[in-house]
Amino acid sequence: MKYLFKKLITLIMTLFLVSVAAFVAFQIIPGDVVTSILGTEATPEREEQLREELGLNDPPVKRYFNWVGDVIRGDLGVSYRYSKNMNEMMPVAELIGDKLPVTLWLAAIAVILIVVTAIPLGVFWAKSKSHALDACMGVLTQAAMAVPSFFLGIIVTYLFGIVFKLFSPGGYVSYRDNFPGFLGYLFFPALSVAIPKIAMTARFLRNSMLTEMKADYVRTAYSKGCSDRRVMYGHVLRNAMMPVITFLGMIIAEIVAGSIVVEQVFGLPGIGRLLISSISTRDFPVVEILILYITFVVIFVYFLVDILYRVIDPRISNR
Amino acid sequence: MKKRFYVCLFMALLLMAALGGCAGGTGESSEDKSSVVVGIQQDIDSLDPHKATAAGTKEILFNIFEGLVKTDENGNLMNAVASDYTISEDGLVYTFTLRENVKFHNGNTVTAEDVKYSLERASGLLDGTALISTLKAIQSVDIVDEHTVQVTVDSANTELIYSFTAAIIPAGSGETAEGTPIGTGPFSFVSYKPQEGIVLAKNAEYWQEGLPYLDEVNFKIVNSPDTALLDLKGGSIDIYPYLTDSQANELKNDFQILAAPSNVVQALFLNNADETLKDVRVRQAICYAMDKASVNEFVTGGNSMLISSAMLPTMKDYYVDLNEMYGATANIEKAKELLTEAGYPDGIDLEITVPSNYEVHMQTAEVVAEQLKAAGINAVINPVEWNTWLEDCYNGRKYQSTICGITCDMTPGYLLNRFQTDSKKNFVNFVNAEYDELYLKAQASLDLSEKAEYYKKLQQLLCEDAGSAFIQVPPITIAMNKKLAGYKFYPIYVQDMSTVYWTE
Repeated sequence: MKYLFKKLITLIMTLFLVSVAAFVAFQIIPGDVVTSILGTEATPEREEQLREELGLNDPPVKRYFNWVGDVIRGDLGVSYRYSKNMNEMMPVAELIGDKLPVTLWLAAIAVILIVVTAIPLGVFWAKSKSHALDACMGVLTQAAMAVPSFFLGIIVTYLFGIVFKLFSPGGYVSYRDNFPGFLGYLFFPALSVAIPKIAMTARFLRNSMLTEMKADYVRTAYSKGCSDRRVMYGHVLRNAMMPVITFLGMIIAEIVAGSIVVEQVFGLPGIGRLLISSISTRDFPVVEILILYITFVVIFVYFLVDILYRVIDPRISNR
Repeated sequence: MKKRFYVCLFMALLLMAALGGCAGGTGESSEDKSSVVVGIQQDIDSLDPHKATAAGTKEILFNIFEGLVKTDENGNLMNAVASDYTISEDGLVYTFTLRENVKFHNGNTVTAEDVKYSLERASGLLDGTALISTLKAIQSVDIVDEHTVQVTVDSANTELIYSFTAAIIPAGSGETAEGTPIGTGPFSFVSYKPQEGIVLAKNAEYWQEGLPYLDEVNFKIVNSPDTALLDLKGGSIDIYPYLTDSQANELKNDFQILAAPSNVVQALFLNNADETLKDVRVRQAICYAMDKASVNEFVTGGNSMLISSAMLPTMKDYYVDLNEMYGATANIEKAKELLTEAGYPDGIDLEITVPSNYEVHMQTAEVVAEQLKAAGINAVINPVEWNTWLEDCYNGRKYQSTICGITCDMTPGYLLNRFQTDSKKNFVNFVNAEYDELYLKAQASLDLSEKAEYYKKLQQLLCEDAGSAFIQVPPITIAMNKKLAGYKFYPIYVQDMSTVYWTE
C-alpha cells in the first residue's frame, strides 16, 4: 500500500514537471500560433479576435494555471488547429481518443510479434553450437538493428506492398469502418516496428542466457540429474529473462508512446503523427496532453515491470 | 504447455497476415468507377469557407462552396450563384441578379437573405470582424427584391469583383450548433477526420447540367512526398497534384503526367532594410549573378516561366516581360563591377533563409547559392521550419534574404500591392516614393487599359530598383490514373473535381 502511494506521488510530480517543461518550451520556440492558424492574409481584427478566443492575451503563468485547472476538472480543451465542423474546433479528448486505438493496436501487434519471435530465436541462438550459425545470426541481427526505421518502412512497403502485393500502400482503412481490414493493414507497419526490436531482444536474451549458463547453479542442476530441457527452460531461461523483461518494458513503452516514423511512412493516423503535426502547427493543447500521455505510459509500464519482477523473483519484495 | 501457447500465437499471426492479404487486395483504391481518391499534402485549416486561409484548404472547398461569381479555368469570372451583375458608372454599387433555383446541399433554395447574410458575415458588417480583408470595402448589402441584391462599397476598385467569389452559405449557418458545411458547389460535404482526410459526395441538384460526373471524392492526406509515390504505385490514390520534377519522371510510364503554370511567384526576396542590401547596386549585383535559366533546368525540369518582377505571366493584359534587364543567365562581370562600385570589391556575405518544408525552394536555394559564389557573394543557406519563417522572416522581417514563393490570387495588383512602403505585407521593406504614388493612381483608375499601363510601369520600377531578385513561376505537375480524364487546370490553386470522370 505504502509502495503504491509512493509510486502515485512520483507519477503526479513527474507529470507536473513535464507539463511545466512543455509549456515553457512552447513559450520559447519561435512561431506565433495565430499566424500559424490564420496565415498571412488575415485582417488584424480577426487576429485580435482569435488571440482573445484562445486566451493568448493573458500572462503566461495565468494561462498555465488556467490550463492545469481545466485539466484537473477533466476538460482537456480544444485543438487550435483541427476543426470538428464548420463552427467548432475539435475537443482534444475526442481527437486523441480517435487516434489512440490506431497506436495501441499497432503496439499490440508489434509486441506480440516481438515476444513470439525474439524469445524462441534468442533461446535457439544461445543453445546452438554451430559457429557458422552464430556468425550468421550475429550479422543478421546487427543489420536489422542498424537499419533506420524510415528506410525499413520503405523497404517493407516496397517489398510486401509493391512487389508481392500483400497490402496496398497507403490503403489504410479506419477501425470504425472495417476492423479486420484495419488489423490486416496494421500487420506490415507492426512488422517494421518489430524487426529491429526482435533483433535487439534476441541478442539480449542470448547474451543473458550465455552468462547464466556459466553459473554454478547450472552445474548443480546437471549434477542433480536434470535433463537438458529442464535446465534450459526451468532454470537458465527463467533467470535470463530478468534483464530481458526490463528491456521489453522499455521497448513496449517506446512503441505505445507512438511509433512516430513508422506511422509517418505508412500513413497511419496515430499518436506519433499527431504529435509531430501538432508541434509544427503550435497546437499547444494537443501537444501538452500528448506529452502527458507519453510520460504516463512510460511511468506506468516501468511500474508494471517492477511488479512483474516481484512476481518472478520473490527476493525483491523482501529487500 | 508453453509450446502450445506459441503455436496458438503463431497461428493467430498467420491469420492476421492472411487478413492483411485480403485487405490489401481490395484496398481502398476506387476501381468502382464512381469515386476517386485525391492525395493532398496538408490538413484542412478550417471547414468555414470564410475563415479558411490555407491554399491547401481552399483548393478543396472550391468543390463545396461557390460565390456569386466564380473563377473559370482561364482565370476569368463566370456567374455562379448570381446569373448576372452590373456595376454602376462610379463603381460604387454592385447589383447582382440571383440565378433561379440554385439549391444548397440541404435542399433549400438560395434566397437573397442567404446572400445578404454571407456577404455581411465575410465583410464584418455582422459582428465587426471582417473574415475576408478585401470585402471590408463593403458598406451595405441591400435586398432589392427576391432575386436582386445590391452591394454598396466605399471606393471604386475594378479588382473588387474578384472578391465576390466569397462563398454563399445558408443564412445563420455560421452560428448553428451542428455546423455542417453547406454550400451550393458540385459536391457536398460528407465527413472530415483530422489527419485522414475529407470525403465529398455528388450534389445531384447542381445547377450546371450534367456535372459532376463522380459520385464520391475522397481527399486523403498523404504526409510525405515519398509515401505519396508508394501510395500512387500501390493504387490507393488516383490523383496526386504536387509532384517534383524527379517524381514526375519516375511515374511517367504508369501515370498520366499533366503540367501547367502555377500561380506561385518564386523569388530570392531581399530585405531592403539590411545594412548591405539597402544599396541598390548590391541588390542589382545579386540579380545579375543569378542564373535563372539553370535554376529552371535543374530544379523544375525546364517547365517554369522565368520572371523579373511581381506579376504572373499568365495575366496577359497586365504582364510586361522584363527578363532582358538582368538576363536569364548570369552576368558575373556586371555583378562584380556593381559590387566594387558599391564598395565591396572582395564580395559580400549573404544569408538565405529558406522554409525547409518546401522542397522546391530548398533545391532552388542550393543552386542559387552556388551561382552567387561565382560573383563573390558568399551565400549561406539557413533552413528554418515554416512557423519560424512566418514569425521571423515574414512578420518580424528579421532576415537578410529568403527564397520562398508567394501564391497569387486572380487580381492583377495582388503582388504589386505588397511593395508599397507602408503595406503590412511589405516584408522586404521596399521603399520607393514614385512606386507608392503610381500604385495609388493605378488603384484609382477605372479604365482597364490605363490601369494596365500603370501596372506595367510598377513592374518596371520594381525590377530596376531590384526590390527583390525574382526567379520563376514553377509549374504544377500532377500524376493521374491513366483511366481518368477531364482534369482541368486553373490559374489559381484549386482541385476542381466536377469535370473528372473515368474513361472505362
